[in-house]
Amino acid sequence: MNAMITRRGTAERAERDGFGPLLHAEWTKFRTVRGWVAGMIVAGLLIIAVNLIPGGECGGLEPGGQLTLGGPACALTLGPGGEAVTDSFYFVHQPMASAGSITVRVTSMTGSYPPGGAPGQEQKPALQPWSKAGIIIKASTRPGSAYAAMMVTGDHGVRMQWNYTQDAPGLAGAVSAAAPRWLRLTRSGNTITGYDSADGTHWATVGTATLPGLPAAAQAGLFAASPTSSSLISQSATGSSSSGQATAATAVFDDITLEGAPPAGRWSGTGIGRGTNAAYPAQSGGYRQPGRALTVTGSGDIAPDLPGGTGSSGSVAGTLAGTFAGLIALLVVGTMFITAEFRRGLIRVTLTACPRRGRVLAAKAIVLGAVTFAVGLPAAYIALLTGERKQHAGGISTYPVPTLTEVRMIVGTAALLAVAAVLALGIGAVFRRSAAAVTAVIAAIVLPYFFAGPLAVLPAGAAEWLLRLTPAAGFSIQQGYPRYPQLGASYTPANGYFPLAPWAGFAVLCLWAALALGLAGYLLSRWDA
Amino acid sequence: MRDALHAEWTKTRTLPGTGWLLLAAAVLTVIVSAAVAAVVRCPSGHCAEDPAKISLTGIYVGQAVIAVVAVLAISSEYSSGMIRVTLAATPRRATVLAAKAAILAGPVLVAAAAGVLGSVLTGRLILPGHGIGPAHGYPDLSLASGPVLRAAAGSVLYLALIALLSLGIATAVRDGAAAIGIVLGLLYLFPILGQVAGSSSWHRHLGQLAPMTAGLAIQATTGLRNLPISPWAGLGVLAGWALAALLAGGILLRLRDA
Repeated sequence: MNAMITRRGTAERAERDGFGPLLHAEWTKFRTVRGWVAGMIVAGLLIIAVNLIPGGECGGLEPGGQLTLGGPACALTLGPGGEAVTDSFYFVHQPMASAGSITVRVTSMTGSYPPGGAPGQEQKPALQPWSKAGIIIKASTRPGSAYAAMMVTGDHGVRMQWNYTQDAPGLAGAVSAAAPRWLRLTRSGNTITGYDSADGTHWATVGTATLPGLPAAAQAGLFAASPTSSSLISQSATGSSSSGQATAATAVFDDITLEGAPPAGRWSGTGIGRGTNAAYPAQSGGYRQPGRALTVTGSGDIAPDLPGGTGSSGSVAGTLAGTFAGLIALLVVGTMFITAEFRRGLIRVTLTACPRRGRVLAAKAIVLGAVTFAVGLPAAYIALLTGERKQHAGGISTYPVPTLTEVRMIVGTAALLAVAAVLALGIGAVFRRSAAAVTAVIAAIVLPYFFAGPLAVLPAGAAEWLLRLTPAAGFSIQQGYPRYPQLGASYTPANGYFPLAPWAGFAVLCLWAALALGLAGYLLSRWDA
Repeated sequence: MRDALHAEWTKTRTLPGTGWLLLAAAVLTVIVSAAVAAVVRCPSGHCAEDPAKISLTGIYVGQAVIAVVAVLAISSEYSSGMIRVTLAATPRRATVLAAKAAILAGPVLVAAAAGVLGSVLTGRLILPGHGIGPAHGYPDLSLASGPVLRAAAGSVLYLALIALLSLGIATAVRDGAAAIGIVLGLLYLFPILGQVAGSSSWHRHLGQLAPMTAGLAIQATTGLRNLPISPWAGLGVLAGWALAALLAGGILLRLRDA
């Protein structure tokens, strides 16, 4: 008997306070306001339609002077992991069997500008921080093939690098005749170990690389490469322009010992990736063998390749640029979802029907978030497809990202829009006035990004803090490419880089939304409606 | 027209919100300008910085508040139903809009002048200590110098034109939230999209056509040759936008029931 009464009591309360009917009521409100549904559709279309803006083009000039889009000049070199890489250097090599080693002493590395460069360039040092020269064991001379290398660098001491993305530090300090560096690579099957030494007798292990599928007959030898110097010329609200000059590095090797190579093998020189990479058109290189020493000059880089520059970069994040346009429409709808109730007095009916005000706000947030996510997900996916098609139509190769990253970018974009809409709802409930609330929420999300990115007036440090602390941090979720400490690229928001990791940045936005919603709930329960 | 002006002035004067918003616009402009001036550094003295532009950075934020004031000038009448009274009192709708524009422009000009003067003053105080001053070969931030005066006066005009653009769009859209969304989208989206999505030629056209990037060319005092559009022509482009918005708003106001 007792138990029955209790159960009936619970059932009655469930009926009165049930969250389901509340959700249903909010959903009915949402879908029956034509302006909001239209706003959602507009937002979805805007996210996609931004890809109708003409993008950059890439092509080569035919002998007749005609520009044909695409072609080898615009193609990307792909590394063993499927990522885009730069593989362009001068390689002095001999075949090496599956067991062997190569040891050298490096006594100098100097930089130079290839002849015929731009005037005025002599004032800047030619040796780049990541100019590199040393020894390398590489699967083949095909650009993008697997490798492991020990090298001296311009500014970063001795490094061991392998398969483009991996990097391990060795001895610090620059190389010179007074401070020569001994480098050694030993191969045993697929495993290559790198050692360095400052005196040729005491050796230290720098790193061990496993290169799956390294063929029995690989190429081993000496290399030199030097990336293009970059200097930012101008930045403004409408973009930045930068120019680079090709540089070359020259390194002097002696005491060369090669084990596992055919007896009486001869060195042969090859310019790897010559002409296949648009970034290094003026590549020059060669080698000389005065006596026991060997001098190698090379230009280019062996490193990951990242999208950079303006618009024409072919980044996956660029295809999602429409997020900003769609976001503004969504923020308007999200704000009005609550401010319209205050304006029309409907809020009094709503709160009479469900006096527990926090639950009303929660129901609104869930309905708005779910609808926004449902609109954002297909919109982001279609935007990605149309954006990549636009890039391909312009002859631009899209820098590949792993499938999981792509999924995270699409789902993350939808989630970013949903949480931002909920933030708008919270701010709307606090302000209760449409125009002021919409301005506040747009200023909170879009303005920090604008200040940190396109405006380009803030120094990098201040810009990064804006993107760490404000709701704009949520755009971090759209980052597609990793940062490489061993690559001096421009890791700016315009190129799709944010100071926070993807999910950390998203968490910052979620925190703001939770704060706004919490404050809204508090004020809603304290104030009269 | 005089009665319409007087009516609009009374409405503006007796709404406490407008005054506070205009004050907020001026204060926010100065605060953001000062904050940016405080973090910009040029230790080498060889940066491509434009002191006038830096000291007026607050405009980018202040304009949003000005836009709110302008949008509310008409959308609040629609949300409260006041517009029917207004149009009953002054049936000539073009006159109503013209009066609103005139009455809006006055206080906005005052607030904009306060914000711009405050920004230039803070820039003048802060920037030389950060390596961007006459000691490092940069032009003095004084209103006596032609380009700085042009940048300052132009920025005041810029904010007034933003107000008129917002008023026109709000008249056409009527709903305050949608209008402010459109205005801010029009201002901030173009530079972002241009940088992320467009080609370099698109970029340049955008610098010539987008209301904010073209309009704020008026702030440049150095590197005038590299601008996509000359300062006064840029402000002219914004004036074109504002005129078009007011025309569209005026026509829709005439054609539709209130």
